[in-house]
Amino acid sequence: MHSSGWGRHPTIETSTYRPATRQALARVLRAESGELIARGMGRSYGDASLAARSIDMTRLDHIIAFDAASGEIECSAGVSLAAILEFIVPRGWFLPVLPGTGFVTLGGAIASDIHGKNHHHAGSFSQFVDEITLMLADGSELRCSRHEHADLFHATAGGMGLTGIILAARLRLRAVSSSDIEERLIAAPDLDHALALLEQHDKSTYLVAWLDVNQRGASRGRALLMLGEHLASGGFAPATRQPHSVPFYLPAGLLGRPLISVFNALYYWRGARQSSTRRVHYSRYFFPLDALGDWHRLYGQPGFLQHQCVIPHASAAQALRELLTTVTLSGLVSPLAVLKGLGPGNDNLLSFPQAGLTLTMDFAMHPATLALFARLDDIVVAHGGRLYLAKDACMSRDTFLHGYPRWERFQEIRERYGALGRFASLQSRRLGL
Amino acid sequence: MLKVMIVGATSAIAEATARRYAARGAHLYLLARDAERLDLIAQDLAVRGAAAVHTAICDFTNSFDADALVMAAHTALEGLDLVLLVHGVLPDQTACQQDVTSLRAAFVINTLSTLALLTPVANIMQAQAHGSIAVLSSVAGDRGRQSNYVYGASKAALDAFLSGLRNRLAKHGVQVLTIKPGFVDTPMTAAFKKGPLWATPATIAAGIIDAIDKKRDVVYLPWFWRGIMMVIRAIPERVFKRLSW
Repeated sequence: MHSSGWGRHPTIETSTYRPATRQALARVLRAESGELIARGMGRSYGDASLAARSIDMTRLDHIIAFDAASGEIECSAGVSLAAILEFIVPRGWFLPVLPGTGFVTLGGAIASDIHGKNHHHAGSFSQFVDEITLMLADGSELRCSRHEHADLFHATAGGMGLTGIILAARLRLRAVSSSDIEERLIAAPDLDHALALLEQHDKSTYLVAWLDVNQRGASRGRALLMLGEHLASGGFAPATRQPHSVPFYLPAGLLGRPLISVFNALYYWRGARQSSTRRVHYSRYFFPLDALGDWHRLYGQPGFLQHQCVIPHASAAQALRELLTTVTLSGLVSPLAVLKGLGPGNDNLLSFPQAGLTLTMDFAMHPATLALFARLDDIVVAHGGRLYLAKDACMSRDTFLHGYPRWERFQEIRERYGALGRFASLQSRRLGL
Repeated sequence: MLKVMIVGATSAIAEATARRYAARGAHLYLLARDAERLDLIAQDLAVRGAAAVHTAICDFTNSFDADALVMAAHTALEGLDLVLLVHGVLPDQTACQQDVTSLRAAFVINTLSTLALLTPVANIMQAQAHGSIAVLSSVAGDRGRQSNYVYGASKAALDAFLSGLRNRLAKHGVQVLTIKPGFVDTPMTAAFKKGPLWATPATIAAGIIDAIDKKRDVVYLPWFWRGIMMVIRAIPERVFKRLSW
């Protein structure tokens, strides 16, 4: 089978096993040796879920236990966050951390230790996970938490599936009184204003800025800040299912500068004009792109790459200017860019978030894009930043080692639990893990 | 509280349907071959709101006692409001052309076991004068094609049987629903290349429940398959026999 991440670069021929039960998965691990990697919905962008042999976990999508009073839930790893929300929201609970799509699995969310628009207050996903059930290399099951096998817990959360196969997890939910979010838009005419506004509004529960990185001159880095708060009343409406899907791959290069410029200008002016508050369903607030299924096909067959870095506060503004200048000089356009502040990091060995600003930019896949990314990576490293493994398709081993200084300890723990030579992806090979 | 018996409960379509009935607080009785997966599903359905979930293991590859099996469900549920038969296999057409064992296995599971189960179920429903019987057939049963006519024939037999059963039970107020899905992305069709006509098990499940709620007789899922099959059935045989599909 042909397999790729969400960005469709790179692609690989893979044989996939889709277990129906944990016991069936264990039998496969006991019967065969060799490297493999677990995979959920394939929403990591690059090669983190790619290997010659992969385990598709999406059939293990069950709710194991739910306590309606305390808001604790335990689910199998293959359940999607959208499906968890569908179950918990009508019962008055919410996931404390959500990424930009509901189509990621619980296992993927933990393996990438995802963050959301509220990282500056809440931290990342794994900080709400109390226990992970992991299948080790030999097919045995082990429960790990901050108290039991804590070393394995902190290597597994954010560990990109390289310590074992996440089977299930128990997590704490947050209580809500409505399925709606109050969204407020604030326009920022340039990067300096955007940075000042991000700081000024950091009391907001959810805070993220859409950024126009293709503008030159005075309005470079103009932005729309999107603030969000849970509403205190208003009932629980179910998520509306995705109505449209991109049916086939559009011609590569369609998303060029003319189209993107027009779209971004319209988007900015529409947002700037209605700088006010409105009530939106959580699915629309958190997952706007989920309304367009298979939207990666807009980039055509070659796919696209996403660059997401975090830069510590001390030099974040300076680094951002350098990154934007580098993009401008490259002549490439980014159809979608997002800027947000992150709070402090956690004890996980490979988790991405650390205090600073994170910039995310999409680019159509092209040889010149790889060259641009190498230049961007150098800027990130020079400012003490790092790249998000869930988005990465091409960073160098050096860039990784600089960004993730705890990698040696990560490898020690993998060795301790027999994961070396067993759980590996194209990404882990590229990064020397 | 709806009392629902589901046969083939570990299939993707059955599971998606059961989740919706669980959310409605139904009382469920699940039958399947894979005990490990059945446990997983039963636990999930209980958390999702099912009033109670019973499970039993069954395997139709050998002869089985359909009366005992249905009575066990009737006893556990203290009645029967809905019987959903979703079990089935997709035989390898080429193997069936070489070896009658494969062909026979397909008919034993898809056809004979279903008819065997329907016999006591129909008698219970007729006696109580209410209830719904829903059986998973397939668009493949509408016309045999060279690439999978053994599967198609095993489902076509169900269609004729269900049509007669519906005729018999209609005057007793019992619904008999023939479900005809098109291409569905399930473990059974894992090896197929998927295109825009393919539907998810969740879509099919929503259609099944809607058809049961509305007391329909025959339902194509998704809806556009009714039109597609109308066209396919209308092709004259002298043309049809030359097509390669």
